[in-house]
Amino acid sequence: MKKAIKRIYLIIIFVFLYAPVLTLIVFSFNKSKSRGNWGGFTLKWYGELFHDRQVLSSLYNTVIIALLSALVATVAGTAAAVGIHNMKKTVKSFVMNLTYLPVVNPDIVTGISLMILFVFIKLDLGFTTLLLAHITFNIPYVVLSVLPKLKQLNKHMYEAALDLGAKPAYAFFRVILPEIMPGVVTGFLLAFTLSLDDFIISFFTTGSGVSTLSITIYSMARLGISPKINALSTLMFIVVLVLLLIVNKRSSANGRNGAPIVNI
Amino acid sequence: MKKTWVSYPYILWMIIFTIVPLLLVLYYSFTKTENGMVVFTLDNFIRVMEPTYLKVLWRSIVLAVISTVVCFILGYPVAMILAGKDISRKSTLVMLMVVPMWMNFLLRTYAWMTLLDRKGVINSILGTLGLPQVHLLYTDFAVVLGMVYNFLPFMVLPIYSVLIKIDRSLIEAAEDLGSDNFTVFRKVIFPLSLPGVASGITMVFMPAVTTFIISKLLGGSQYMLIGNLIEDQFMRVYDWNFGSAVSIIMMLLILLSMGVMSRNDKEGTGGALF
Repeated sequence: MKKAIKRIYLIIIFVFLYAPVLTLIVFSFNKSKSRGNWGGFTLKWYGELFHDRQVLSSLYNTVIIALLSALVATVAGTAAAVGIHNMKKTVKSFVMNLTYLPVVNPDIVTGISLMILFVFIKLDLGFTTLLLAHITFNIPYVVLSVLPKLKQLNKHMYEAALDLGAKPAYAFFRVILPEIMPGVVTGFLLAFTLSLDDFIISFFTTGSGVSTLSITIYSMARLGISPKINALSTLMFIVVLVLLLIVNKRSSANGRNGAPIVNI
Repeated sequence: MKKTWVSYPYILWMIIFTIVPLLLVLYYSFTKTENGMVVFTLDNFIRVMEPTYLKVLWRSIVLAVISTVVCFILGYPVAMILAGKDISRKSTLVMLMVVPMWMNFLLRTYAWMTLLDRKGVINSILGTLGLPQVHLLYTDFAVVLGMVYNFLPFMVLPIYSVLIKIDRSLIEAAEDLGSDNFTVFRKVIFPLSLPGVASGITMVFMPAVTTFIISKLLGGSQYMLIGNLIEDQFMRVYDWNFGSAVSIIMMLLILLSMGVMSRNDKEGTGGALF
């Protein structure tokens, strides 16, 4: 009896968590434009989506920014992690606090503070500022993914390489990098996903004319509900879900990677 | 591998793009422009104390507190059931709890718009059952619902991860000493789970008090919370000085609530997500 009550309660909670998303997905295939009733199966909203100029250009921006920011963040973040790993304790704790700052800062504060900075240094809000902002919030996640791998590293391997005559750079690329590669790749995927998924920081750091998919969804949603947004949402949901499943699988296979795979 | 210079570009980057911007927010909040001159002032903070804005502040706190309480009431039993011995396939269920958090929260919120809308799913179900239509979208209820929906997993997971680590022998000892189930819960399980509760509360309260999207999409374009006030000042009114002051107040509010919560979590056992 008690067990049954527990089961039912859990089922209710999971229905609460999943019903809205499932409805959204189901109605993206609805022929009738009204949300209330089912007019038959159709893919026309997906078709319309791929003829919508605004959607296509924001898709382009989203992907380019996600790729570029993740690449830069991965290189800078990996280098940073190597440096941080070798630091003395006091400096290290300062840098780690610096790393956690954007992670714990509310997104809206990160957004407006970056916007103030860009305007203050007279940088036109647009693609560049968007990219800079994305790199900024991405690097800490790469650092946090790579650091645990460095901790597991056998430090004598690097020394052995040096003893055998390798130059430091050669030893890094041939000995250290292959060992920490899983962390680097996880960091890249995480950065890419977070960049794809971001709305708030992009919202404040972009200028007129340049928008990402989530900004487009937001401006469309404010005008009301349309099956086209349902279709776009469904696609974004699936892409982010698949990416995060990969990240999660990687990080659990590699042991705890220390980076929070949660976004608010 | 004793070199640390490879991290200097990163440190420089982080100082320029996180520390400097925050200092600029501080700078803007304490200044205003008069006749083209920037002067020091406390006016922005005094203005936050005007009744109109205090009301916004108060409403944000009240709604965030209500959402946090609802999340706690709904989430604690979920965490207990998941951590309990009756449930098999624990990790799958916990995983299922996490997956909705991976979805863009804009979409999660938008999904509720389609459900709560005047011509939405809920009303059409009510209609087919012959029941009267309800007005749900653009109400306080919708905003709280949106917050609870978005942040419930943030409450469940920290509590779950503390509950699962509780030493079973403590519970058995209490039972051997004659406690009934309720006393065991009240005297043993609940006090031991407090660190998880504390981090759950922080993790729900923080995003709930800073949101501007949930309130805008589910509360309507006129709906004002602190987040909306800040967004308005930066994107529409262009009064950055006042917007910065509001942001500083909001950050203080968050620091204060985090401080209160971390007092309850001295051993740092909570916060499973970070």
